[in-house]
Amino acid sequence: MNKIKKLSVGVTLMTIGQQAAHADYALNLMQGVTKVSHDIYDLHMLILWICVFIGVGVFGTMFYSIYHHRKSKGHQAAQFHENTTVEIIWTIIPTLILVGMAIPATKTTLELADVQQSEMTIQVTGKQWYWDYKYLNNDIHFESHLDEASEIAHRTKGADPRSVKNYLLEVDKPLVIPVKTKIRFVLTSSDVIHSWWVPDLGWKKDANPGFINEAWTSVDKAGTYRGQCTELCGRDHGFMPIVVIAMEQPDYDAWVKKTSEQQKQKPDLSNQSHDQLVAHGKSVYLKNCVGCHQIEGTGVTGLIPAITASPKVTGGIDPLIGFLQAGTSKMPAFSKLKDNELAEVITYIRNDLGNKVGDEIQPDKITPVYDDDNDEDDKNKVAP
Amino acid sequence: MSAVVAEHDDHHADEHHDHGPAKGLLRWIITTNHKDIGTLYLLFALAMFFVGGAMAMVIRAELFEPGLQFVDPAFFNSMTTMHALVMVFGAVMPAFVGLANWQIPMMIGAPDMALPRMNNMSFWLLVAGVLLLASTLLMETGAPNAGWTFYPPLVLQPITVGKALPFAVFAVHLLGISSIMGAINIIATIFNMRAPSMKMMDMPLFVWTWLITAFLLIAVMPVFAGAVTMLLTDKFFHTSFFNAAGGGDPVLYQHIFWFFGHPEVYIMILPTFGVASTIIPVFARKPLFGYASMVWATGSIAFFSFIVWAHHMFTVGMPMAGELYFMYATMIIAVPTGVKVFNWTATMWKGAMTFETPMLFSIAFVVLFTMGGLTGLMMALAPLDFQYHDTYFIVAHFHYTLVPASIFILMAAGYFWLPKWTGHMYNEKIGQLHFWLSAISVNILFFPQHFLGLAGMPRRIPDYAIQFADWNMVSSIGGFIFGLSQLLFLYIVIDTIRGGTGEKVTAEVWEGSSNHSLEWTLPSPVPYHTWTTPPTVVPTEHVLDSH
Repeated sequence: MNKIKKLSVGVTLMTIGQQAAHADYALNLMQGVTKVSHDIYDLHMLILWICVFIGVGVFGTMFYSIYHHRKSKGHQAAQFHENTTVEIIWTIIPTLILVGMAIPATKTTLELADVQQSEMTIQVTGKQWYWDYKYLNNDIHFESHLDEASEIAHRTKGADPRSVKNYLLEVDKPLVIPVKTKIRFVLTSSDVIHSWWVPDLGWKKDANPGFINEAWTSVDKAGTYRGQCTELCGRDHGFMPIVVIAMEQPDYDAWVKKTSEQQKQKPDLSNQSHDQLVAHGKSVYLKNCVGCHQIEGTGVTGLIPAITASPKVTGGIDPLIGFLQAGTSKMPAFSKLKDNELAEVITYIRNDLGNKVGDEIQPDKITPVYDDDNDEDDKNKVAP
Repeated sequence: MSAVVAEHDDHHADEHHDHGPAKGLLRWIITTNHKDIGTLYLLFALAMFFVGGAMAMVIRAELFEPGLQFVDPAFFNSMTTMHALVMVFGAVMPAFVGLANWQIPMMIGAPDMALPRMNNMSFWLLVAGVLLLASTLLMETGAPNAGWTFYPPLVLQPITVGKALPFAVFAVHLLGISSIMGAINIIATIFNMRAPSMKMMDMPLFVWTWLITAFLLIAVMPVFAGAVTMLLTDKFFHTSFFNAAGGGDPVLYQHIFWFFGHPEVYIMILPTFGVASTIIPVFARKPLFGYASMVWATGSIAFFSFIVWAHHMFTVGMPMAGELYFMYATMIIAVPTGVKVFNWTATMWKGAMTFETPMLFSIAFVVLFTMGGLTGLMMALAPLDFQYHDTYFIVAHFHYTLVPASIFILMAAGYFWLPKWTGHMYNEKIGQLHFWLSAISVNILFFPQHFLGLAGMPRRIPDYAIQFADWNMVSSIGGFIFGLSQLLFLYIVIDTIRGGTGEKVTAEVWEGSSNHSLEWTLPSPVPYHTWTTPPTVVPTEHVLDSH
């Protein structure tokens, strides 16, 4: 089967003349790496074959008729137009087939819905346009953004996506889970509706703002599994992938230990050179700002203000800090940014994206934060 | 039969001179004639078909290769949104209303629609609604880009949809009023204006399917109007119907939307069934097989359309019992739909078939719609939909049930009835060329999308991972061929109106057609006023035994 797939795609490839090197082709549903995903795959194949069988029967009859019962062959039209027996038969047989399909489908539906006796819980929060993962059992909490190479490539005219590894399917921090462990996911959103889908796990589930959905998985095989957001969530809906790395238990334990320690570390607030600040600031910008304000700081006409030549950006630094931390009715508050990240991104946006203020701010100068922003819209906002 | 024709012709000769159309452009603006209004609807729908098609070309051009080449992601989202809205509300629905206007009075022996002035108004409200919607394309902040489903909170978000929302909402209101008025008119006409000898079960199936469709329209258009009005008040008057922070629920919107949305897809497919059931018997030279079961199946499909809506939302987070219920209810629809396909096949069986363009399109409809129906059955199964949902597999499914189904049947209807309407024969060679180009390219366009969806490509994305590149390119090539091929149809319509092949068409146009339906007993081209006295005999071939 696999060979046939590869072959047929290969032929297509040759005609189109693209490189086949790093493409992973598939024509059919993937079997996945969980029991549920296998059940779904088997059900899919069963129904597919039933459909093929019905199609061959109906189309075969039709084409037989088209070939033989044509006027040009001198066929005389019969005038029958009713046959109760036949009509009852072709009502009852499909009904029985449907009942036959419903039984395994019901079983799998029950299986998918059963989140009981899970061994750990991960909270997945969809955000425009990245995922936020929180391990409820051990306080690990991080964001998972599209990786920088893809981020830059899809925003740059003329960039070659084929030169980017796992284009649009790579993240900076993947979700790490242990194999053979029943993991419960609780899914929600902080803005619009997203949907979390990793085909290898066999399901997708919507992340609704203000509500919590549940789902579960238990992965059989260690490996890296990729997916994407599948509910239209705005302009960068196509750019918030999911990467799940399933590890053997010891590897996972080591990862937990390492990650917990990293999270406990205080951010490095030591001074950086101007160029370092700008370079690091670009990374912060690509993760947090680029979705709205765009890669060249132009914003979006009529919807999102530009950073280039914005008096808010090029004015005083202190009001800018307050502004970023408080947010507005349109812009989320970026209080989550550490002092070093704030210093970096502020230095970046003041000295790049068409701005040339020429100054910088060091991480240790960020606090204390106050908001003396005199913009009318934001007068009532208070920095947290 | 001949007696009926003769009687009508006499009548026509007496009255025709005083009752011609008004002269000039004003004729088309103030007309209350069902044929004129039918023509307006059909031409408007054809124009919108090309507008919506152009948007599809933008989408396929952007998806031709990975990477963003032509458009910005937000504009891409506007294109998918507007493509759907224009095709559904501007092209497919108006085209079927146009067919209903032309055909229903002629098929049931009525002189016109029951409410001619309202008929005129419903057309012009349609134009107003579509123009209002289209005007958003010229806005600085762009057309709506949250999908044709308008899901909140996305559609309410200031950084996503700019100033377009109220325009789209009021456009939906206008389109809804237009559709409801059209539906009332159709129901009133069918109930009150049939030839005295025509019983309900004597009506051609096209009339039956439209009658049922009209009830669906009256039932669900107000629901859609209500849903979008709630969006409007959420956005501008601080209500919280769909805002969790205010005690609302964004998923509530989806329930309301799909309570409208699922019947809506049958609003587009039931008249399609009706036209197919009209065309296939003519070219098989046989009565339609299983007339009564066709009526029964149409009615039950319409009934079930109201109680299956949440199969569009299997992954939204429903209670398990809800998923099971909606799965079972949805699966049941396969039975009446299957009956229809079997009946069409049985109608062809042992016929004496010829394959003029309308028949070719109709056969392609039966085959390709069945494929769309079978994938529909697959996604009716909730656990499978957990994989298929919101991927290109779904895109392939619903395009199979709309493009080579509704659109193909609209083409078939054009070829079938244009000679009757204009009195000119279309160019059969170009018609067949149009058919073969369309039938082949539509499969190049949509079949690979099944592979893309199963391989994991989500829908509504402007850019994609490299492993999806090849099939997207194939699909785009199919799309461009399909799009260009439709220009042939435009040519044929214009050419036929202007004289076509010059061949003189008979009243029947198609051999034996007057055994099937009343319009073929009228002269070609049909006079401006027909059935000023109702026919006394109606062709009831399908119920010969009972008469």
